[in-house]
Parts: sequence; C-alpha cells; structure tokens
Amino acid sequence: MSDDTQARIASAVNAADVLLFMKGTPLFPQCGFSSRAIAILDRLGVEYATIDVLQDAAIRAGIKEFSDWPTIPQLYVKGEFVGGSDIMMEMYETGELGELMTEKGVAQG
Amino acid sequence: MPMAAEEIEALIKAGIPDATVEITDLAGDGDHYAARVVSESFRGQTRVKQQQRVYEALGGRMGGVLHALQLKTALPE
Repeated sequence: MSDDTQARIASAVNAADVLLFMKGTPLFPQCGFSSRAIAILDRLGVEYATIDVLQDAAIRAGIKEFSDWPTIPQLYVKGEFVGGSDIMMEMYETGELGELMTEKGVAQG
Repeated sequence: MPMAAEEIEALIKAGIPDATVEITDLAGDGDHYAARVVSESFRGQTRVKQQQRVYEALGGRMGGVLHALQLKTALPE
C-alpha cells in the first residue's frame, strides 16, 4: 500500500467520530453487509460518516491492509477499528455497541 | 466463485485445530455461507482478533472467492 493511501485513510479515520467504510452510500448500499451495517448505525441513532470504497480503488485495497481485515464494511469509532458487519450485529444485539459509543462519547439518538 | 462447505471447514480446522466449525449454506447456491467457529483458544481475545484468526486460516480467500461468509466466533460453553 502506498504511504499516500495510508495517510489518506489515517486522516479520514481521525476526522470522523464514527466512520464506516462501505460499498455504496447509506441511501444506496451496494451490498447486503454494508446495508446491514447502515441499518445498525441508524438504529443506534449516531451521526456517522461513510466512505464508498467502490469510488476509490486505492482505498478499497488499502483499507484491508490498514485494518488487517479482508472484507468491507469496516467500522471505526474514534479512530479505533471495531470490526465488520457480523461483529457490529453481535455487539448491537448484546448492547455492547451502544455501550462502546457511550464510552467513547458518541451521542446517540 | 463458489467454494465447498467442506473445504471452508477443513481450512478453518487446519488453522485452529481445536475449533468446532458449523457451516450453513444460506442460499443453497454454494456461495453464501454462515460459519460458527467455537474454540477455547479464543478466550481472552477480542471479537476482532478472533475473526482475524479465522480469516488467517482461510488464507486470503476471504474477501476474494469468499465474499459472502457471515462469521460468528464463540467460546465453548
């Protein structure tokens, strides 16, 4: 991965409290896993930013190395990698994802 | 490209020898699976780390040939 891509990803991750790397956009997710991730964030009522990896091939490849995680979506909260959609779903169901947002100081609706 | 459930199970078990692996073919098309992986060796590891170990066992297939694998990891009860 180029240093430039690494730096772009790092600055994006640090710029948003809650950032989802996804396929497509919140209104038009291009994959079931991304769609599920958006549904979870919407239910939590948190503000979030998204990056559509389908629009940026360097980020699409680079994020997998950056997180050491092979699939998309990927959720970052306050700069920390939380996981993919299966982890998000599990943590949402147990209430841990809401707790994590609270711990990190992210407002929920 | 589809991958056989037995192949996925064998790869995970090769990487995590004490694992119990249940594979469910979600769509009946040999391409959309759910996997539940239970291992004592997950104890004390975060969910991210547990799933990373399964991905490592799958040796780069995840995200490539294996797009649609829903993964759940757990400790033995």
